[in-house]
Amino acid sequence: MNTKKALFEYCIRIGDNSMILGHRLSELCSRGPILEEDIAITNISLDLFGQCRNILTYAGEVEGKGRNEDDLAYHRPEHEFRSVLLTEQPNGHFGTTMARQMLFSVFHYYFYKELSKSNDVHLAAFAAKSLKETMYHMRHSSEWIIRLGDGTEESHEKMQEGLNKMWSYRHELFEKDAVDEHLIELGIAVDTAKFKDAYEKQLEEIISRATLEIPEEGWRATGGRIGHHSEYMGHILAVFQSLARAYPDAKW
Amino acid sequence: MNSKMQQVWDTLNTIPDPEIPVITVVELGVVRAVDFVEDFLQITITPTYSGCPAMKQFEDDIVSELNKVGFSDVRIKTNFDPAWTTDWMSDEAREKLRVYGIAPPERGSEDKGVLFLSGPKKVACPQCRSEDTKLISQFGSTACKALYSCNACKETFDYFKCI
Ligand SMILES: [Zn+2]
Repeated sequence: MNTKKALFEYCIRIGDNSMILGHRLSELCSRGPILEEDIAITNISLDLFGQCRNILTYAGEVEGKGRNEDDLAYHRPEHEFRSVLLTEQPNGHFGTTMARQMLFSVFHYYFYKELSKSNDVHLAAFAAKSLKETMYHMRHSSEWIIRLGDGTEESHEKMQEGLNKMWSYRHELFEKDAVDEHLIELGIAVDTAKFKDAYEKQLEEIISRATLEIPEEGWRATGGRIGHHSEYMGHILAVFQSLARAYPDAKW
Repeated sequence: MNSKMQQVWDTLNTIPDPEIPVITVVELGVVRAVDFVEDFLQITITPTYSGCPAMKQFEDDIVSELNKVGFSDVRIKTNFDPAWTTDWMSDEAREKLRVYGIAPPERGSEDKGVLFLSGPKKVACPQCRSEDTKLISQFGSTACKALYSCNACKETFDYFKCI
């Protein structure tokens, strides 16, 4: 396998997850349930977009074809996006948004922690920086899950419902293919299998503190990492890319 | 330090943070290095938060202020390593924040509890200095701040969080 190509693909996957989840969260800007949460969610979105910009810029440099962060974000078609299906799920009610966030942020925490030890100095620095931000994201969603789960009868029910809905999407975060294997061998990529148990244990701790039930294991979402997205993705990109596609030379 | 280098640092020391104008980009710890490279001047900066919207403003301000004092070719280099930390902020800068109404970051108190905050953290109210305060939200008006309220004087205030 060509290392340069693999590294480009690897960076795109990391960046796309942050971009699509960041976009979903940005949809709540000015629509948060309370002002403090509006601000919190928008801040998390901003962190994710910042991380996405950094890694896509690097992806463009690795690729060496002169594409910058904007080219990669705004001018790729849907099937070239590598984000996991979890990130494109709609916000639903606040319990669903927080369940999605927790499943992602806890993963992100372990992922960045490992990536900060990468042999690729750029990835390592990027991960060390992003890790600090992710700790706040993880705490934020975990605390809400506990507060809502261990809250009123209605909040408990809705939190459980949100968790059940998002649960089957988490497995895709741990998928591996030839790109991962090649880069793991070189000490560049993270072997996510190493922290799968710790991840599951962390989720269990949060869920039990929240007095919620661990959802039943059923089907497993898959496909996002190879560009097979759900119908939601087209709608997301239609909004996200509309300005850049209508005015290709627009500057802001 | 030669006089040209001194002049660059002196100029940088006058550039305020666009969102917290009482401290400068140097005091904030965003400026990491100044280098004369061949025929241009390179300023190395590091972002506070990955998505901090003020970063572009920092860059523009640095370039335009240095242009004004005669450095015509100023280039910005962004560096992520080592990652920015509030520990770089001087005592003087912390005091300026407090006077301005923002509780400064507690030195070396990066939250150790990974998932759950390890016990209540004492953040003194910048108005009345009472330590009887409570966290309202981990996220405040900008990426670098959390929102607190004071039980003693009833004011809400920003806390510059530790990272
Ligand atoms: Zn007070």
